[in-house]
Order: sequence, then structure tokens, then C-alpha cells
Amino acid sequence: MIEIRNLTKHFGNLTAVKDVSFSARKGEVLGFLGPNGAGKSTTMKMVTGFLTPSSGTAMVDGFDVQKDPLQVKSRIGYLPEGAPLYGDMTPLSMLKFVAEVRGIPAGERNGRIADVVGKVHIEGVLDQRIDTLSKGFKRRVGLAQALVHDPEVLILDEPTDGLDPNQKHDVRQLIREMAQEKCIVLSTHILEEVPAVCTRAILIADGALKFDGTPLEMQLMSRRHNAVALTVRAGGGHDIAALSRIEGVDAVDQVDAANGFESFLLYPKDDVAILAPLSRVAHENNWEVEHLSVEKGRLDEVFRQITSTGA
Amino acid sequence: MRNTITIFKRELKSYFATPVAYVFIIAFLFLAGGFTFYLGNFYTGTEQDQATLQSFFGFHPWLYLFLLPAISMRLWSEERRVGTIELLMTLPITTMQAVMGKFLAAWFFAGIVLSLTLPFWFTVNYLGEPDNGVILAGFIGSFLMSGAYLAIGSFFSAVTRNQIIAFVTSIVACLLFILAGFPLVTDAVSGWAPASVLDTVRSFSFLTHFNNITRGLIDLRDLIFFGTLMACFLLANVLVIDVKKAD
Repeated sequence: MIEIRNLTKHFGNLTAVKDVSFSARKGEVLGFLGPNGAGKSTTMKMVTGFLTPSSGTAMVDGFDVQKDPLQVKSRIGYLPEGAPLYGDMTPLSMLKFVAEVRGIPAGERNGRIADVVGKVHIEGVLDQRIDTLSKGFKRRVGLAQALVHDPEVLILDEPTDGLDPNQKHDVRQLIREMAQEKCIVLSTHILEEVPAVCTRAILIADGALKFDGTPLEMQLMSRRHNAVALTVRAGGGHDIAALSRIEGVDAVDQVDAANGFESFLLYPKDDVAILAPLSRVAHENNWEVEHLSVEKGRLDEVFRQITSTGA
Repeated sequence: MRNTITIFKRELKSYFATPVAYVFIIAFLFLAGGFTFYLGNFYTGTEQDQATLQSFFGFHPWLYLFLLPAISMRLWSEERRVGTIELLMTLPITTMQAVMGKFLAAWFFAGIVLSLTLPFWFTVNYLGEPDNGVILAGFIGSFLMSGAYLAIGSFFSAVTRNQIIAFVTSIVACLLFILAGFPLVTDAVSGWAPASVLDTVRSFSFLTHFNNITRGLIDLRDLIFFGTLMACFLLANVLVIDVKKAD
């Protein structure tokens, strides 16, 4: 539904987005990751027709955003960065305005508005000036205006920014509910959000695409993937050297030592399973094991790995 | 057209959602009245005790010079500063529709304010027997001229995200148009340019065209002048928004 080819944007000498290509289908929730200033928002602004690309194309539902901007814009629901809204309006008048511009027939407008108002839970503030609302409410009003015409494509720039944990949970829930019949692209720098809502993750840094795959594939890239975390009571004759000799173990880090317990992280060679040999050794030596678990891999580690080295 | 009307309605409502509209109306009526009755010698008149509104209309170019840029300065600067321009320009509307909706709302608002001065008209009719045709022409001319000010102001508002800069540049631009027939502007041109250029510059004077109309002569050329001027600045406005939406 979204097809992006070789999208590039220069601002003077600065190249904000370099040759980015990807596509997204209906039913997908694409998580757009990257450090601040990586080009996430710039890419979204080009897809929604706000910025003109220096080169490359963005197509939505077969329409080129530069040739048929109105066709593209009418298919997209967009929450811009920072959720800008007209402060002197109320959420209700704002939604009425957007519904009218979006061409929703007068008879259906109130029904559509009531529907999105319920979805984002802003019933209590409908007649308050937007200026006076909290950040969380503003974000949700921004979300509501993006949803009011029930678009096929949703582009959300940091939809959970400024929300409290409960509100974040609600918004993620809402995104998951809509995922089936829409194509959703959202940017975030909260990595825990990615496995929770996204079916695919795209990582960009310095304007270039660095990773495109499922959140699971991203976790697999972590050095910690299949590593084993071990906590044992101190003084059982175990040390880094002893742990390193265990079959399949590549390296061992001591991560903590407190209250008479020591914690280690054992990295496997070539992703082999090391839990079984480890537990055998622990049993043979009568170590008092307090905690033993296999790590799934950490996204923040992968994120740092990819974005800092420029790999 | 439908989109233009939707934008128009939203804009017009926003004037009245804040004290802006009321402050503006009070300031305009107070100044218009004060100037007319005190500075303009409304009662004694310059033309031998005739009942006219000449002294009233005579101040309009100057009142508009400072008051209308205050209305137009926020049209686009505010959208840029707050970021709502991104919301507006990613809605399925054309830039032209957005520019026209905003401009027409501002112009309509100026019309509302102008219509609130109609009691002046009733007053001169009560006091004497004015030429009502001339007065009607005066109102039409004043309304047209306010449109020209607002189109200029809208353009400068689109250029910057800073409302103060939009305000000041609009005032300077409007002042140049007011004074196009006066030495302040013509002297800058007369030294080097041929007479035809000088005449062209002179023909851009708001005062000349406005005074023609307020004398009761609604000449097609004056209407075309204001119409073309508005069209040019609004087109430039569209171009500026299209070229630099984001910064």
C-alpha cells in the first residue's frame, strides 16, 4: 500500500534522508526506529506530501504523492510530530473541521466523531479549549483527527510520546485492533513498543536505512540472543574461568555481585544452546543457583550496535 | 470551493474564539470615530458645511495601515510557528484553497468591522442631505482597499514564522503602496527611470485609486487595480507556501 523508492531529501548541504526504499502492506504495522534526527519524521513528511522529496518517489495505493497529492492525502490519516492542533478550538470543533475537510458526508460526521472520540477516550474534554489540555489529551486529539475518516493508511509520528503508561497501553491496544484492516506506519524511540505492536521494524540512522525485518529478526542480531543469565551464591568454586570452560560458551561477563550472590552472563558460540551443559555443570558442582534464564536478545543493544557504529 | 468554505468558516470562528476580534472592533471604531470627529473636522467640514463622509473615509488608508496587518500577520506565521501548517497542508486540499479560505475570512472580518461603522452613514443622513451614492462608493472603495492590504499582509505572513516580522514588513509594503504617488517613493525612481516607469509607479498608489472611488467615481480601472493587486499577492502567497511549507 505504501511504496517508497530511493527517497532522498537534502536541506542545503545536509542530507536528511538518503536513498531510502521500503514498502508496507495492509495488515502490517511498521515500526520506524532511529535516533533523534535520523530522518524518521522527514521521511514521514515526504510520504504525507508535506515535504517535496529531492529525489525518489513515494506511492500510496498506487498514487504518486507528487503527481496526485490529493488522492494520497485523502487516503492517509496523519499524526504529525508533536501533534500540532489549533489551540483556540475545542477537540469537538477540531474534529468537525477535519471531518468536513475530509469530505465525510454531513449525516455521518457526528457518528464518525463519536466513534473516534470513544476510541481514544477524550469524551470528558470535548468542549474544552485545546490550549488548556494536558499533553496526553492533545496527543489523543491528534490521534482522533487522524482516524476520523477511517483511512486505509495511518502514519503516526510518535503516537505514544507524552502519554502515561496506561494511556500508552490504550493506544497500543488501539493500534493492534486497527492493524488488520489498515497499513500503519509509526515512529517511536521506545523500543519496548516494537515487539508489542509492530509486525515489522525499520531502523534508520543518518538518513539511511540500516535494518528492515521483523522485531524477532532484530532481536536475533543481539549478542545477547540465546545468552544465559546465571545467578549463584558466592563461594561455590565457580568463576569466569570455570564458566568459560563449559561446552559451547564463547565468553562470560560478570554483571553483578551483591548480597552474597554473583551474576554472570554467558554468551554462546554460534548460537548453540548452552543451558543444558551449564545446568549439568552447576548440578555436578552443587552450585546454589538462584536464577537461570535464556536471554531473547535486547533491542536497545541492537539499536546501539547499528546506529553507533554505522554498521 | 467546498474546502475553501470549510477553511473560511474555521478561520472566521477563530477570530471570535479569542479576544482578537473584539479588541480589533473596539480599536477600529474608537479610532475611526475619534479621527473623523476630532482630527477630521466632521462638523465644520472642509467643504462648506456639506454633509459628507469625506473626513471619515479620508482616514481609512491610515487606519488600515496599522490595523489590518495586525489581522493578517497571524494568517500563516502562526500556522508555521505552532506547526499546524503540517496538519493543514496534509489534508486533502490545495494550497490555493487554503490561501483563499484564510484570505476571504480575513477580508470578511474586515467587512464586518467596516459595516459596524454604518451608524456614521445614518448620522450624516440625520444631520443633512448627503449624496448617498458617493457614500456607498466610499464604503465599496474602503472594502476593496482593505482586501488589498490583507492580501499583501497574507503574503508577508506566509514568508515568515515570526508574527512581528510579518506585521512590520506588511506595514512597510502597504505604506509604499499608499505613498506610491508621493515624493517619498517617486523620488527614488525619478532620478534614473524613464517617465513611463514613474507613471507606472504612481499608478500603484492606493490613495489615488481610493480617492477616485470615494469621490463617487467607481471607475473600472480602479476596481481592476485593486482586484489585480489582490490576485498577484495571493498567487505569490500560494507559491511561497508551496515552495517552503516546512520552515
